[in-house]
Amino acid sequence: MMSKKITLNFKIWRQSSPEDKGKFKEYQLEDVSVSMSFLETLDLLNEKLVAQNEEPVAFDHDCREGICGMCGAMVNGEAHGPLKDTTLCQLHMRHFKDQDTLVVEPWRSAGMPVVKDLVVDRSALDRIVSSGGYISAKTGSAPDANATLIDKEKADLAMDAASCIGCGACVAACPNASPMLFVGAKISQLSLLPQGQPESLQRVEDMLDQVDEENFGHCSNTYECEAACPKSISVSNIARANRQSILKSLKG
Amino acid sequence: MNLNSRIPSGPLEQKWSNHKMNLKLVSPSRRSNYTVLVVGTGLAGASAAASLSEMGYNVKSFCIQDSPRRAHSIAAQGGINAAKNYCNDGDSIFRLFYDTIKGGDYRAREANVYRLAELSNNIIDQCVAQGVPFAREYSGYLANRSFGGAQVSRTFYARGQTGQQLLLGAYGALMKEVGRGNIELFSRREMLDLIVDEAVKGITVRNLISGELETHMADAVVLATGGYSNVFFLSTNAMASNVTAAWRAYKKGACFANPCFVQIHPTCMPLEGDTQSKLTLMSESLRNDGRVWVPKRSGDTRNPSEIPEEERDYFLERIYPSFGNLVPRDVAARSMKKQCDEGRGVGEYKMSVYLDFGKAIDKFGKNVIFEKYGNLFDMYDRITGESPFQVPMRIYPAVHYTMGGLWVDYNLMSTIPGLFVLGEANFSDHGANRLGASALMQGLADGYFVAPATVSDYLASVDPIQKDKSSTLAEDSKQKVNQHISTLLKVKGNKTVDYFHKKLGQIMWNHCGIARTPKGLEEGLSLILELKERFWSEVNVLGSAKDLNQSLEKAGRVADFLEYGELMILDAMSRNESCGGHFREDFQTDKGDPLRNDKDFCHASVWEYKDKNQAPSRHQEELLFENVKLSQRSYE
Repeated sequence: MMSKKITLNFKIWRQSSPEDKGKFKEYQLEDVSVSMSFLETLDLLNEKLVAQNEEPVAFDHDCREGICGMCGAMVNGEAHGPLKDTTLCQLHMRHFKDQDTLVVEPWRSAGMPVVKDLVVDRSALDRIVSSGGYISAKTGSAPDANATLIDKEKADLAMDAASCIGCGACVAACPNASPMLFVGAKISQLSLLPQGQPESLQRVEDMLDQVDEENFGHCSNTYECEAACPKSISVSNIARANRQSILKSLKG
Repeated sequence: MNLNSRIPSGPLEQKWSNHKMNLKLVSPSRRSNYTVLVVGTGLAGASAAASLSEMGYNVKSFCIQDSPRRAHSIAAQGGINAAKNYCNDGDSIFRLFYDTIKGGDYRAREANVYRLAELSNNIIDQCVAQGVPFAREYSGYLANRSFGGAQVSRTFYARGQTGQQLLLGAYGALMKEVGRGNIELFSRREMLDLIVDEAVKGITVRNLISGELETHMADAVVLATGGYSNVFFLSTNAMASNVTAAWRAYKKGACFANPCFVQIHPTCMPLEGDTQSKLTLMSESLRNDGRVWVPKRSGDTRNPSEIPEEERDYFLERIYPSFGNLVPRDVAARSMKKQCDEGRGVGEYKMSVYLDFGKAIDKFGKNVIFEKYGNLFDMYDRITGESPFQVPMRIYPAVHYTMGGLWVDYNLMSTIPGLFVLGEANFSDHGANRLGASALMQGLADGYFVAPATVSDYLASVDPIQKDKSSTLAEDSKQKVNQHISTLLKVKGNKTVDYFHKKLGQIMWNHCGIARTPKGLEEGLSLILELKERFWSEVNVLGSAKDLNQSLEKAGRVADFLEYGELMILDAMSRNESCGGHFREDFQTDKGDPLRNDKDFCHASVWEYKDKNQAPSRHQEELLFENVKLSQRSYE
């Protein structure tokens, strides 16, 4: 069976620089094979644009297998598009119909400003990690790996939280532009593990302080983040982080 | 060319510990006088940067993506080997060493590989301490699984996301040092030149957002910039993975070793059209429970479920009864290609074979299989629209990893003093073929444990760089890079960069891919030279050099790949034997197995750049085997 081809109408956000006001531009793209991924469709569009001497659409992407967290855009108002638990690079065109119109725009958040077209600056997320999102185990200081036993259940929960790819979809989907799912996942992973205990309370304080330093909003439990997360990270991680935060405030 | 491998003397088991005793140290109070640049933030780069910084050196870390956490190590799925012998199934450091040397078809250094096996255990300890959530048994102990090319269970894993979890561990360590002000982080920077004046002096990078060129001067440079699979255009590598940093170091005097050694991974999703931008790999751990088969009759177009057992050929189990579906990657890949070439391939393009979990699901139940491979099954379903619980997967080999790389000595230092090369970017540990779950091990061994000791040894022998004396070097470098960029922008032809990259990929796959012939290589070489000429007169790079310009970035990388492809082919032509990932059709046994030539080719081929108008010279580093007996690799 040969793959079906469809025609799509795009409205894509074009913004030449952070200072530029930006605007939507319309493009029609024919011969889109439904077995193509969303980013391959953008590749095809860009090939066409270069042939017409128009600058291609800038977009971030790298692994194209849903794990690096580099890609992402709002498609028809949804972070990473309409398919649940799926990054933009893993979204295939078989989920769209012939003549569909797709509105494509960058993550919108003061904490992650637009750099160009669909590319945003997510360095705030790195700064949050560097404020405490780790266990300080210096190279060479580790005991034998099996010296510390860890409940399988806890290890599995930690792994669920650790699946976060740092793409920023949670921030983009949140009405307050809060990064709490991202932050909660890291705090949760490390506080579930015995190795993470000694720094646990200091970590939560430092990371939340850094969130306040950045241009992000606060969590008000709308759960939009969980719905948008391509790795189905649960909001229970936010609850677990909040518990750590309360413990910290009780202990001072 | 003086290729001193600096392999320590003494018995194999004591080489690394003796060597460490002989390495010079820099006292803690003097370490902050030295600046080390680490390019790349994958497993090797991030772990090296973090460890060197913890020691007290002044470290600058560079990555091409928006965050160090994006590096392509993140995509490794299956696992990481270590000789812990937690399963009590006869594993040991020597056995891991032996398997890796044999798996590499006896084209790697014994001493390096032994050190790798020795350090494997420390890596697992280190990662657990960082909070890497490895899979565990209900008892709370770490779980292990087996992997291709091994008869013991020595692979540690975190679901199908082991690379991600190890990288996030190393990234955490890196960001800890960034947060404490010990590492200066430069993301969205691409290294475009290595500054050398007898020894390494620094690098020139392009700020990919502002377009500005920046030079950074240093006492040592660590390159951990990954492999060159994307010379094939279609590979399992991330889109930004490239050879540029290594290639530009090569042109400054760092020799390149074994460029023709490329690994083709057997368990990838098949090609489904000409707009495809990458081939997605699925961990070969799938071969633990999946059985590879094709219909016995060529041209059989029935649905797999309609083909009865007796009409299926489980060809890996049939040809290699003791390893079965777990034969090493190159053996599996060639075997699959042969089935397809002979007309028994399946799928729309007849270029794939089945990987069937039916028997495993019957035996262990759906839940157990989902627990092990859930995310891989989901990924397959998402891309193809088919569930492996209902229909057997279809797989085909794709370029995945490159064993060749910049030549390094035992200290991981290249032929340029002060330039260290780690991880996939070097050639050192995997010989002609890499075993599964060994890349993560090597990246972290190099970064956490080898480089901190050997970079220190180098720094102890040099005086800290005088920043003011180096300004002319920096200016010269910037000017040259600038010139190269403006040349690319000035061509203004009518073909896109991807057009050339795809063409190059086809040439490489057809002429220097899974099976090579002298005639095919000759043809490939002339096609590349032709394509390279066309590139410089027909490529169209729009936009300017003064801001984010992804076409310009790609153009620079493809220009380097075009040159690199030529070197790969030269290397494949001059290695008159078959070994590991390098299969020459004119060197095979009657049974179609690769025929090594240990008499003439038991060496690393090491290429030295001359200049634009002169062919590179080929040198040899002879490999001595004192602890293993060279045997024909047989997995029957």
